[in-house]
Amino acid sequence: MNSQSVNNSTLAGRKFNDTLRRMKFTFRDPILLISIVCVMIVVLLFILIPLITILKESLLDGGRLSAIHYSRAITSPFTRDIVWNTLKLGLSVSVLGTVVAFIFAYAITNLKLPSKRMFKVLSILPMISPPFVISLAAILLFGRSGLITRGLLGIRSDIYGFWGLMLTQTLSFFPIGFLMLTNLLQNIDPSVEEAAQALGASQFKVFRTVTLPLMAPGLANAALLIFIQSLADFGNAIVIGGNYTTMAVQIYQQGIGSYDMAGATALAVLLLLISMLAYLIQMGVIGKKSYVTMTGKAAKERILNGNKRATVPVYTFCMLVSVLVITMYALVPYGAFVRLWGADYSLTLRWIKYVFTIGMKYIVDSTVLSLISTPFAVILGLVSGYLIVRKDFLGKRFMESSILMAIALPGTVIGLGYVLTYNTPPLILTGGSLILVVALVIRSMPVGTRSAIAALKQIDPSIEEAASVCGASSKKVFTSVTIPLIRPVFFSSTVYSFIRGMTLVSTIIFLVSAKWQMLTVAIMNQVDQGLYGAANAYCLVLIGIVGIVMGTMSFVLKKLGVNLEAGY
Amino acid sequence: METTAKQLELIDLSKTFITHTRGEVKAVQHVNITIKPGEFMTLLGPSGCGKTTLLRMIAGFELPTSGQILIGGKDVSSKTPDKRDIGMVFQNYALFPHLNVFNNIAYGLKLKKMPKDEIEERVHKALQIVQMDDFAQRVPAQMSGGQQQRVALARALVMEPSVLLFDEPLSNLDAKLRIHMRDEIRRIQKDIGITTVYVTHDQAEAMAMSDRVVILLEGVVQQVDSPQKVYQRPSNEFVSNFIGKANIFEGIVKSCDNQRAEVDIQGVVFSVPETVDYQVGTPVKIVVRPESILVGAKGFVSTVTKSVYMGTTQDYKVQCNGNEVEISDNNPTSKRVYDEGETMEFSLDQDSIHIL
Repeated sequence: MNSQSVNNSTLAGRKFNDTLRRMKFTFRDPILLISIVCVMIVVLLFILIPLITILKESLLDGGRLSAIHYSRAITSPFTRDIVWNTLKLGLSVSVLGTVVAFIFAYAITNLKLPSKRMFKVLSILPMISPPFVISLAAILLFGRSGLITRGLLGIRSDIYGFWGLMLTQTLSFFPIGFLMLTNLLQNIDPSVEEAAQALGASQFKVFRTVTLPLMAPGLANAALLIFIQSLADFGNAIVIGGNYTTMAVQIYQQGIGSYDMAGATALAVLLLLISMLAYLIQMGVIGKKSYVTMTGKAAKERILNGNKRATVPVYTFCMLVSVLVITMYALVPYGAFVRLWGADYSLTLRWIKYVFTIGMKYIVDSTVLSLISTPFAVILGLVSGYLIVRKDFLGKRFMESSILMAIALPGTVIGLGYVLTYNTPPLILTGGSLILVVALVIRSMPVGTRSAIAALKQIDPSIEEAASVCGASSKKVFTSVTIPLIRPVFFSSTVYSFIRGMTLVSTIIFLVSAKWQMLTVAIMNQVDQGLYGAANAYCLVLIGIVGIVMGTMSFVLKKLGVNLEAGY
Repeated sequence: METTAKQLELIDLSKTFITHTRGEVKAVQHVNITIKPGEFMTLLGPSGCGKTTLLRMIAGFELPTSGQILIGGKDVSSKTPDKRDIGMVFQNYALFPHLNVFNNIAYGLKLKKMPKDEIEERVHKALQIVQMDDFAQRVPAQMSGGQQQRVALARALVMEPSVLLFDEPLSNLDAKLRIHMRDEIRRIQKDIGITTVYVTHDQAEAMAMSDRVVILLEGVVQQVDSPQKVYQRPSNEFVSNFIGKANIFEGIVKSCDNQRAEVDIQGVVFSVPETVDYQVGTPVKIVVRPESILVGAKGFVSTVTKSVYMGTTQDYKVQCNGNEVEISDNNPTSKRVYDEGETMEFSLDQDSIHIL
């Protein structure tokens, strides 16, 4: 080791030298080098290059550089409508979803209410179910032959469009905000609120002047999260959107439906920009340390507010939402046994038989591909999280921001990117099963990375250092100390990845082929043809498979003494 | 436990961090230290002095910017921590929370694929040394900080490493336990005779435990000496102030032979033990410890500004010709006690004075 190599006199030059030196230090261990390279290759090939391809294609016209796709998109009133539709829907859903999420979170953390457990379970349910169970149920209730609209009220109303989408997206995405806000509300030190009360503020005044301002950054964060989800939503939008087309759907219809890839790319770049902007604002909001985290964990139990003027309206609201959700989740399995929804409500096993004969391929393919992709997604997520938190290497910030950004990427954009990139040499992957596995992995890995990062930041690095001093190589440290310490994340990642694999629509809709099919695509096709019985039956099977896997998992975990909820 | 104690050499070791906010930070600069086999060496200094960085370089968690680390004569500078044959005890114990005490200690032995009965034997021996025989089946969460630190020590010892490293191991313990544990660590270290590097910012700990102490300031070694030497003959003003309390007087050398020097301090002449040959008329700084001041003796006249009874001593602050002097008068029960505002005469115990 000699210091002569430091011949750059500028700070930047020395910094670079220093980085190189640290890399050399890191790479004393070949396993580390290999894992960094692997993660980097995945990030480049399956996140960044597809996006770059979209950007490139959007700027090319017949091989020449041109902005024609953009100018065509901007001048077309149809496209402008679509962009406006998407934004209007996104903003409405993010406001409404945040309000619902906050009411639920506040009810659970601060109010004296019965049936809290039920509220909790019900509000998480939409997160783990296929994206269109809610919209399918909405059609069964409020559609042209809906139970309420036609059966009860006798009207031929139309849920398809803005209102239907707003309803289904709000119900689908408020749970994300709910989980986040519950966490924040629990971390507000009750003595802050008590102090305000002691100074003479009424309970309502405390809520308005202390709790709400403290939650402001959290609420903004929740709203942005929901906004990003709404932008990216494909499942609900295609099923219930009707003539109200959003960008995510239009990208698919233009690219696959009308074979206008170039037109789709311009729209995709636009959607990507909006999502990324929302994501960056969200990062900024998180970056500004929220007041809540500074006070740390609540020191004592909060005295719950039992004031009837607060509890009665909140309870009524939560109850109404819960009844709606329960009804929706009950209708889909029920609908699987109904001969013809809206006309003939007699029971039949026809759809179940149909699903298990003609639909068997969809079921098997979906399950097999999800089972294959799950371990890859979990391992990549944990390894990348570990590298980002614990190791020092060139490109670490790049790796971290690329992976975390991928959480906010709309699935249709990724799907389009894969079609454009891997349909042509040098690397042809489309048509096979590999690209489907890749899509499933990429759609669930970043969430695993994020939870691994969060979990590892809680663990003192000296525990791992102690293992390495005891003679453990970096691989051994990872498997014998790190993984056991973040066990909850390991298991919840597994469950999440599998569910995500079974329920994903947006990305894979570009990638399915005659050889490999997916259950969610089958559901979508059935809804498209108005065959709700078959769609319901597929959903039921899907929920069944997810239920069996989760049940097995939690049974195994209980035996191992792991609390699943602790991971996320 | 048996170890063949090895020598640890740090040769011209430097570490420069490049940070976003502060540019280059020279954490450790050109450190040359040889730690003899079986020696207990403490790295002592205020926070940010580079002592932890130095220790982490020895362990292999940080890469030196330049210089070498030799263990038993072999260069380990570019080896990963698991290949350095070291043991380490961390500030926060760093026990594996998912393993019980036995498995924590056996962790490294299992990696070595040692036979089961040998592992058991060695773990129990290690537990005996730290007096934790009954705790083998506990998990870390069920133990106190002191107990956890004993287990951490056993986990380091059981590997019979060439060098044992401690990173402020006692700073999370309460005062009483800290004193007990430091005696324990020293006893065990002496019994086994293992080469040890110990990082602390607590000078009492350093004095009580070490064979030699390294005093660091801003990454530069100030002095490497036995605790007595460091206290009695500090190499500079920083060391004299950092180890214990010190009064600094300015004086002029009146005469000098190779055993003593006569120094004029504000008109009073003292004969000070000194081997350095100063030229007559050289201005020098003199360190006088508060307990080396003779209260009531003729010499300097001062005004008492503060007088505190401490039990074993009566502590004063006095003003003397514009300088503040701290005085610690031993066993005050039988002596005259001065009140604030009173005039006090004092002199210096000339055999305890040290020229910087």
